[in-house]
Amino acid sequence: MKYMSEYRDPELAKKYLEEIKNTVSRPWSIMEVCGGQTHSLVKNGIIDMLPDTVTMIHGPGCPVCVTPLNLIDKAIYLAEEKGVILCSFGDMLRVPGSKKNLLEVKAEGADVRILYSPLEAVKIAEENPDKEVVFFAVGFETTAPANALSVVHAHRRGVKNYSILASHVLVPPAIKAVIDDDESKIDGFLAAGHVCTIMGNSEYHPLSAEYKVPIVVTGFEPLDVLQGILMVIRQLEQSKSEVENQYARIVREDGNPEAQKIINEVFEIRNQIWRGIGEIPESGYAVREKYAKFDATKKYNVTIEEAPENPDCISGQIMKGIKKPFECSQFGKKCKPTNPLGAPMVSSEGACAAYYHFSGLVEA
Amino acid sequence: MQLQCPMPKLDFDVITLGHGSGGVLTNKLLDSGVFDLLSNDILDERHDGAFLELNGKTAFSTDSFLVSPIFFPGGNIGELAVNGTVNDLAMCGATPKYLSLSFIIEEGLPVKEFWDILVAIKFACEQAGVQVVTGDTKVVEKGKGDKIFVNTSGVGPIHEKANISTKNISVGDKIIISGNVASHGMAIMSVREGLEFDSEIQSDTTNLNHSIINLIEKFGSHIHILTDPTRGGVATVLKEIAQSSEIGIDLRQRDFPIDEQVASACELLGLDPLYVANEGLFIAFVSGSEAEAVLATLQEDENGKNARIIGTVVEEHPKQVIMESAIGGKRVISMLPGEQLPRIC
Repeated sequence: MKYMSEYRDPELAKKYLEEIKNTVSRPWSIMEVCGGQTHSLVKNGIIDMLPDTVTMIHGPGCPVCVTPLNLIDKAIYLAEEKGVILCSFGDMLRVPGSKKNLLEVKAEGADVRILYSPLEAVKIAEENPDKEVVFFAVGFETTAPANALSVVHAHRRGVKNYSILASHVLVPPAIKAVIDDDESKIDGFLAAGHVCTIMGNSEYHPLSAEYKVPIVVTGFEPLDVLQGILMVIRQLEQSKSEVENQYARIVREDGNPEAQKIINEVFEIRNQIWRGIGEIPESGYAVREKYAKFDATKKYNVTIEEAPENPDCISGQIMKGIKKPFECSQFGKKCKPTNPLGAPMVSSEGACAAYYHFSGLVEA
Repeated sequence: MQLQCPMPKLDFDVITLGHGSGGVLTNKLLDSGVFDLLSNDILDERHDGAFLELNGKTAFSTDSFLVSPIFFPGGNIGELAVNGTVNDLAMCGATPKYLSLSFIIEEGLPVKEFWDILVAIKFACEQAGVQVVTGDTKVVEKGKGDKIFVNTSGVGPIHEKANISTKNISVGDKIIISGNVASHGMAIMSVREGLEFDSEIQSDTTNLNHSIINLIEKFGSHIHILTDPTRGGVATVLKEIAQSSEIGIDLRQRDFPIDEQVASACELLGLDPLYVANEGLFIAFVSGSEAEAVLATLQEDENGKNARIIGTVVEEHPKQVIMESAIGGKRVISMLPGEQLPRIC
C-alpha cells in the first residue's frame, strides 16, 4: 500500500530502535496523548521493543473513553424514550452508560445507527422528515470540523429535525491538566498528529515553554511513533523543551484554517467534564447560541441524574498515566471488553482494551 | 460470471404471507421457480423428505444465512447459502452431495429478487456439483424478518484419504491460507447503509470443495486440519484452534495476502482485516515436510493463486497465537469481543 508500507519498514524500525538505545542515558517517561498512538504502540509490539529505560505512559486521548457517563445516559434516553434516530460513530456503542450501553438499547428496538460521517445523519434526517435525528458528536478537535459542518449544512438546507449531542474535548488543556496533577511524572509528550492537522502547533508552544517539557507532534504509523519517541528523547537528553513536528507530511504549523473557521462558527469553548478525570477548564466545545436549535441538549432539555461511576474502575488514574492497565485489580478479571467496567476497556484506542487484546497479559 | 435465466411470467410481483401458507399460493410459487430451476430426480418426487443413498463415513453440516444487503458486490445470499454449507462439508474432507434449502421470507420481497437468488443458487449448485433434494418456504409478516433468510444443510461422503482432526496437528506444522483475507466482509461493508464508499471490492464467495478434494487426493493425511475463516475472521479461528488443541501458533503479519483496496478500506474504517469475515477462503494445517508442495499445488488452482504460508505450529506458548508485526514486534492475537466496531478517528 503506497504511503503506508513505507512507515512500517522493519529495517528502518530497527535503526530507530538502535538510535533510541544509543541516545538514552537515564530513565524517561513519555506520554503518547492519543489513543490511536497507544493502539499503534501495542498492536505493533513497540512497547516491548523499547529499552527498559523508556516508559510509555498512555494518555487521555481516547474520545469515547472520556465522554461523560451522563451524556451517554442522555443519548440512551433520547433513543429509548424520545424515539429519535440516534446516529453515532461505531465504537461509542459499546461504552457502558450507568445501566446499559447503546448496543443493548439498539437490541431492545431503538433506532441506533452507526455512521462514519455526520453529514450522513443530515441525509437521514432529510429522508425521515417525520422523525427526529440526533448525531452523537463526540471526539477531539479532529472530528469537530465535520460535526460543525453537519450543523451548518442542516441550517443551510433548512433541516429542522436534526441536532447534535456534542461532547467535544480539546487536547492542550488535557495535557496541562495531566502535568498539573501531583501524581503524574511525565518527562515529554507525543502530541496527537491528527488533532494538530486541524489546530496546528501554536497552542503547544506556551505549554512547552511554561512546563519545560518537550512536545513532539507525532503520527500513528509504527515508524512515526518510533521517530517521535526518538525526537523527545533527544530533547530530554539535551535538556531542551521545544515543540517539534514529526508529522510534517500532514501537519502544518497553523493547521487547517478552513476547518478552524467552521469550528469557530458553530462551537465555543467551555469547561468540560472528562469521564474518569473530572472537569477541566476550557477543555471542550459547546454549540453556540446561534445554532441552539441544533443542540440536542437544549432542544430536548433532558436532565438525567448524575450516576456514580463503577467504584472498581480506576480509569482516571489510567488516563493520567498514574497506573498501567495491568496494575488495576479488576483488569482481565471483572473488567473485560465483553463486560467493561469503564470506557478504556471498550474502544480499541482505550489503553485497557489495547493491553487486553494485544499484549497477552490475560488469557482471552 | 453473468447469471442469466429468464424469469417466467407470474401474476404476482411480491411475495405475500399466502405464499408460505402451504396452500395454492405456495405451490404456485414453488412451481414458478424452485422446482424448475433446481430440478433433479430426488427433488422432483416432491415427497416430505428426500430418499438418499449414502454409504460409509459421511459429513453433515448446517448453516443459516442472514446478510444485509442481500445483494452485494460479487454475489447474493443465494450462492452464499450454497457455498457456505458446501465449504463446511469440504472442511471435513467430504465431497458435498445433497443439500436441503429453506427460506424464511419477509412478505413484500419482490419476486424478481427471489428469482435472482434462486438463479444464483442453481449456478452455485452446479459449480459445486451438489443437488438440492429437499426444502421449505415460510413467509413472515413485514418487519419480522430482514427480506430473506436462507438455511442450508448438507451431506456428503468423506474422502477415503481424508483424516481431518485437530488431534493431528503437531509442532512444525505449517499454516497455509488459500487466498486474500477480508474481501467478503469489506465488500458487504462497502454497500452497507451509512457506510457506503466507492470501491470495487468483490466478495470472495465461492465453492472450495474441488480445490480441497484435489489437495486430499494428493496429500492425504498430511492435511491435518481444514477450516474456513468466515465470521470472526482468520484471527478468531486460529485462536480457537490454538485453544482447543493446546498448541502455540506463530504468525507473521507481512505474510498475510490481502488485496490492496481491501487493505486501504480496512485502514480507512479502522478495522483489523484479521477479524473481517471471509467466504471463499480456507486455512490448512499441513505437515511441515509437505508444506511447500501443498502450497505449489494450491497456487495452481484458481481458488488458491494467492495462497501463502502464514505461520507455524510451535511448542512454546501453548494456546496462544502470537503475531510478528510488520516492524518485527510481537503481539498476541485474541478473539473478537462481539462485533468489530468502526473507530471514531
